[in-house]
Amino acid sequence: MTSSAAADNGATGGTQISSGFDIDAVRADFPILSRTVHGKPLVYLDNAATAQKPRAVIDAINEYYREYNSNIHRGVHHLSEKATSLYEGARKRAARFINAADSCEIVFLRGTTEAVNLVCSSVGQSIKAGDEIIISHMEHHSNIVPWQMLCNRTGAVLRVIPINDDAEMDVADFEALLGPKTRFVSLVHVSNSLGTINPVKQVIDLAHAQGVPVLIDGAQALPHMQVDVQALDCDFYTCSGHKTFGPMGIGFLYGKKQWLEELPPYHGGGDMIKYVSFDKTEYNDPPFKFEAGTPNVSGVIGLAAAMDYMEKIGHDNIQAHEHDLLVYATEQLSAIKGLRIIGTARNKASVVSFVLDDVHSHDIGTFVDHEGVAIRVGHHCTQPVMQRFGVPATSRASFAFYNTKQEVDTLAQALHKVIDIFGA
Amino acid sequence: MTELQELYQQVILDHNKSPRNFGELPDAPAVEGHNPLCGDNVTVFVKVVDGVIEDVKFKGAGCAISKASASIMTTLVKGKTVVEARELFVRFHELVTEDGDVDPLVLGKMAVFAGVRDYPSRVKCASLAWHTLKNALEDKTDAVVTTE
Repeated sequence: MTSSAAADNGATGGTQISSGFDIDAVRADFPILSRTVHGKPLVYLDNAATAQKPRAVIDAINEYYREYNSNIHRGVHHLSEKATSLYEGARKRAARFINAADSCEIVFLRGTTEAVNLVCSSVGQSIKAGDEIIISHMEHHSNIVPWQMLCNRTGAVLRVIPINDDAEMDVADFEALLGPKTRFVSLVHVSNSLGTINPVKQVIDLAHAQGVPVLIDGAQALPHMQVDVQALDCDFYTCSGHKTFGPMGIGFLYGKKQWLEELPPYHGGGDMIKYVSFDKTEYNDPPFKFEAGTPNVSGVIGLAAAMDYMEKIGHDNIQAHEHDLLVYATEQLSAIKGLRIIGTARNKASVVSFVLDDVHSHDIGTFVDHEGVAIRVGHHCTQPVMQRFGVPATSRASFAFYNTKQEVDTLAQALHKVIDIFGA
Repeated sequence: MTELQELYQQVILDHNKSPRNFGELPDAPAVEGHNPLCGDNVTVFVKVVDGVIEDVKFKGAGCAISKASASIMTTLVKGKTVVEARELFVRFHELVTEDGDVDPLVLGKMAVFAGVRDYPSRVKCASLAWHTLKNALEDKTDAVVTTE
C-alpha cells in the first residue's frame, strides 16, 4: 500500500509524540487503572471489547444526574432546557469529532449494532430479490447478521470480499464483486479481531463510481484514529461510544443528510414525529426522525466528554503512542516460542490476536488474569475469521493510548508461565 | 494450593494432554455439543446395550477444562447403567454450580472440578460434555447448544 493511501485510511505510525504527552498523567485520568486484580496491578488489554473511562466522563455523567436530570426537548422548565442544550451540544460535538458537515447528520443510538440495524432496516425497504450486498470476510457479527436477515427476508444475495493470509482484503477482489446488482456496501474500518485497517477510501470511491452507497463500521477505528467523514465521503459511519472511552449503551450513526431525509424511519414513537392523527403521521426531520423515545441523555453527555478528552490528548499523540506499543508487542509476543500472531496486515491498529501451540485461549485467559492481565479470548464475534484461519479461538491483546510497554512485558511474562504449566 | 492450581489440578492437566477415550465409535450415534460463547465443540459417541453404557468416546476442540471434563466423564460412565450415568450428571452439575461441601469419596475423580464453581465463566467449559452425554442418553441427536 502506498503511503498516501495508508494515510487516507488512517494508518498508525509516522507521527511523533508531542512533548505534551505524559503517560503517567494520562493514566492518572483513569481511576480504574490504579486498581489491582488478584493482588496484582491491573493490566487492561481488552480495549477492543470496551475502553476504560476517564474521570472527565464519569464526572460528566455524575453531574448530569446530580444537577440537570430531566427529559429533553419540549420541556419549558430550567432543568429540561439545560439537559436539552447539553444533549444537542453533544450532537454538535460528535459532528466536529468526525468532521460531519451538519450536526443533523448525527443520530444518537445505542452503538454500532443498532446503527447497522437501522440502516439495514431502512435501506432494506427498497431491496429486492436478486439484489446484492457486499461485506468483507472480517466483519464483526453485527455487520453480518443484520444483512443476512435482510437477505433471508428479501431474497437478496450477500457477497463477501475475501481476505488473504495476512488478513488483508484486496481492492481488486472488491472490484470484481461490485456489479450492476450491487445495492449496498457495508465494510469494517478496523477489524476488531485482526487489527487490519481496511482501504475504505478506495472502496468508497469505487462503489460511488457505480452509484452504490457505503456504510463504514467505525467501532474500532474511532478509538485509535482521526476520522473525517467528508474526506472519506462515506454515506454512513458508525460509532460505539463505550469503545471510544465513553459510556456503555450509547453511540451514533452518521448519515449524509440526503440519505437521512430520504430513508424511512426505523423505530416509531415519541419525538420522531411532527404531527400524529389516526389518519396519518408526519415524521420529524432528521436526526429526530430516527430517535424515537426518550434517549440516553446521560450517555450522550458522557460521550461528548469522552470526545473532548480524546481531542485534549490529541490524535497524533494517540496514534504515535499506539504505533510504538503495536511494534513492541508484536516483537515481544512473536519471540515467544509456539506463539503465532493471527492478523499481520501491513496497515494495522494496536490489536494483537494470537494462538499459542496447543493451549486453548480460554486457559490462557484465565492464567494471565491471575497475573492481573485482562485480555479477550474466544472468537471475538467474528466466527468467519476463525474459520478462515482454521483456529477455534484466539487470545487478543488490544491496546489503548494509556497502555505501556511494561504492560506488554507483564503479558509476555504471564504467557511464559502458561507455557511452563502446559508444557507447550 | 493457590486458587489457580485448584482450578488447574494436575489431573486436569494430565487429561488435557492425554485425553482418555478420545476418538469415534463408528457404530454409535454422534451427538454434538456446542458452546456459542467460546466456540468450543464436543462430539460424544455412546454405545448402550441393555441399558448399560458398553463404550463411550469423544472428540472435539476446547480448553483444558472442557477436554479434561469430557475425558474424565468417559472414564466414569463407561460400564455404568444409563440410570447411574444420569445420576452422575446431576451430581456433576451440582458440583460445578452449587456451594456446599465436596466429598471426594462420593464424587471420585469428579472432585477435581470443584474449583470451577469459583469461575462462573468456566462452568460452561466443564459441563459441555456432560450436557452432550445427557442428550445422547435420551436419544436426542440434535446438537446441544449450551452457554451454561
